[in-house]
Amino acid sequence: MNGLAVLIPVALGLGGLGLVAFFWALKRGQFEDLDGAAARILIDDEDDEAP
Amino acid sequence: MKPALHREPGSPQTTTSVLVVPAMHCAGCMAKVERSLAALPGVTHARVNLTARQVQVDHDPALGQAALMDALSQAGFASQPRNSADAAPPSAVKPLLAPLAVAAFACMNVMLLSVSIWSGAQGPTKELFHWLSAAIGVPAILFAGRPFFASAWGALKHRTTNMDVPISIGVSLATGLSLYETMTHGEDAWFDGTLMLLLFLLAGRALDAAMRDRARAGVDALLRQAAPGAMVVTREGQVAWFAAADLVRGMVMRVAAGERLAADGEVVRGESRFDQSLLTGESAPVVLGAGDAALAGTLNLEAPVDVKVTAAGAGTALAEIARLMEASGQARGAYVRIADRASRLYAPAVHSLAALTLVGWMIAGAGLHQSLIYAIAVLIITCPCALGLAVPVAQVVACGALMRRGVMVKDGAALERLASVDRALLDKTGTLTRGQPLPDQAAIAALPAHAAAVALALASHSRHPLSRALVETLGARGVAAAKLEAVKELPGQGMSALWQGRPVSLRRPDSASGIATMLDIAGEPAWLIPFADRLRPGAREAVTDLALLGVSPAILSGDNRAAVAEVAFALGLEAQAGVTPQEKQAAIAALQAAGHKVLMVGDGLNDGPALAAADASIAPGSASDVGRQAADLVFLGDSLDVLPTAVRAARRTMTVVRQNFAMAIGYNLLAVPLAMAGLVTPLIAAAAMSSSSLIVIANSLRLVRSAR
Repeated sequence: MNGLAVLIPVALGLGGLGLVAFFWALKRGQFEDLDGAAARILIDDEDDEAP
Repeated sequence: MKPALHREPGSPQTTTSVLVVPAMHCAGCMAKVERSLAALPGVTHARVNLTARQVQVDHDPALGQAALMDALSQAGFASQPRNSADAAPPSAVKPLLAPLAVAAFACMNVMLLSVSIWSGAQGPTKELFHWLSAAIGVPAILFAGRPFFASAWGALKHRTTNMDVPISIGVSLATGLSLYETMTHGEDAWFDGTLMLLLFLLAGRALDAAMRDRARAGVDALLRQAAPGAMVVTREGQVAWFAAADLVRGMVMRVAAGERLAADGEVVRGESRFDQSLLTGESAPVVLGAGDAALAGTLNLEAPVDVKVTAAGAGTALAEIARLMEASGQARGAYVRIADRASRLYAPAVHSLAALTLVGWMIAGAGLHQSLIYAIAVLIITCPCALGLAVPVAQVVACGALMRRGVMVKDGAALERLASVDRALLDKTGTLTRGQPLPDQAAIAALPAHAAAVALALASHSRHPLSRALVETLGARGVAAAKLEAVKELPGQGMSALWQGRPVSLRRPDSASGIATMLDIAGEPAWLIPFADRLRPGAREAVTDLALLGVSPAILSGDNRAAVAEVAFALGLEAQAGVTPQEKQAAIAALQAAGHKVLMVGDGLNDGPALAAADASIAPGSASDVGRQAADLVFLGDSLDVLPTAVRAARRTMTVVRQNFAMAIGYNLLAVPLAMAGLVTPLIAAAAMSSSSLIVIANSLRLVRSAR
């Protein structure tokens, strides 16, 4: 029974953390350009050094 | 066009401009666009949004938008400042994401507590868990259920019902009962089932919205690219750009070869051939000289002309067509989506079953409380969870498959309507054919290598539509341009230059029927290259395939009899020539009155009313703005073989949707008797709901290959 008093708040807290993180991402516009986010990984940074 | 400039409140030194760059499509393009802009002095930040095909630039106000556009055009991208009127449309998915996340969070946590209860938690532990579930569940249900409550309330206010009415009633009753049970130390609480229901339904909703957003982003990028307007010659003799909306009667537009007229007018200086195919379907260009009337939307093919505006905006022939389009489209307005049709039958059935359960158990003497619990169990178990997913998941998967084939579907209802068509009417110019003159392949093949090289070099210096077509054709044949000196363009005459010291020219032929160009190389006989509009690739196969699918095709064109007859003969189709936009609409109405479902395929302004009136419509990506806007589906490639593919995919989607419905109903046939008998516990409800949803999703995923 005592274990529950610790584990339940921990479980809820972790879940809530995920929810808060999602809302933060939503607000910061992370879901504005899903196609772009998928393509950006392929941009070659080394080109920056080219003249 | 109004510049999309606005000051950032916190940073007075920079302004933000948004440019539309329709040609961006990959990581390489993004990098090029961002780097070419960032390299400009005065630009602090440039960020591409690939979904919207836009780039947002923070820059010094001293640096104009023209400089940004120049930088982009040097990088090889055409761009336009974003028109403030069609700023990015609000996304349909975004408002659903937050409820979806809350429902997912709450569902998982409540389920965790419920599993302990199902596993045998007793006494105070069970009660604590019920209270915890209520603490998480009630606010989450209120928040995540808002989209449904709002929609159900809207429907009830108009005295209709939709899928959301039974959902809202079920959810609120289940929540109320669970709260009561929790407070009175009852046996079962249904928060887990209710939240799971909301989660699945929101997922279906979000998928449906995501599909519409995606297709719309693609179509909007095409639409925003065309900035109608004209170079206007002012009294002082200067030339300035005016947007179409700002043109007024009496202004003189200077229309270069290759440009479209932005307003109706009268030619005051110069003479040129005009392509009116977009407006009337007529494929042969007409010659217009001083004093002749020219219509908005026609393409100037040959020489620059000055045109005095006689009608602009709402007064043009173009605006008349827009009015016609608004009047049509009843076939679509009256269409009821299959999910709503199903719910019209479903909701009364479910509610009477629940009422029957309540009354039945009361008569059997179970007491009001127990009877209510059984009735609510019926409501929860029949909540259209799988039904809510049956349609959107299938349509999203099919649209994704079609999008990979280059077909953009504007919304799911379009697929439902497309599946039922049995007649297809095809426009000729621009739809069955390319809609632009292409050099005759035989004449090109007959050119000796050096002549082809000279022709390519000459043509590459001109923006004339014929030159462009010649460059494309010769380039595709692997011809390398010859080295020329002293290249000159004489408007209306052609290009001339020196090649190895000999004068060469690409010019208007002295006399030719139809469109042609003449290649002169001093000391050699002149080469005549005729141009003609040709069938799109795959046209023949598309027409045969459509007929095999039971969709009998016919041509409906505004072009003259001879030109239509040629194409009709080549494809073996019935045809109607010289049809006005009104007559096209009437032809469709006549077929609809005879009980047929009509698919219209067209591109031009003259097809707009017909595209809007037909049961389903498809336009090529090269179509006019009006065509693209009116059509349900837009295909991007050149080939027409996507037409039967789209019809086939739509039909397969409907088959899967019907299978999904059958499965959902089969599930209810099993579960409802159990619920009415009072045998359903929250555990059974949760298991039944999730398994039926998973089966429906798995069945829909079979459509991934539907567009092959």
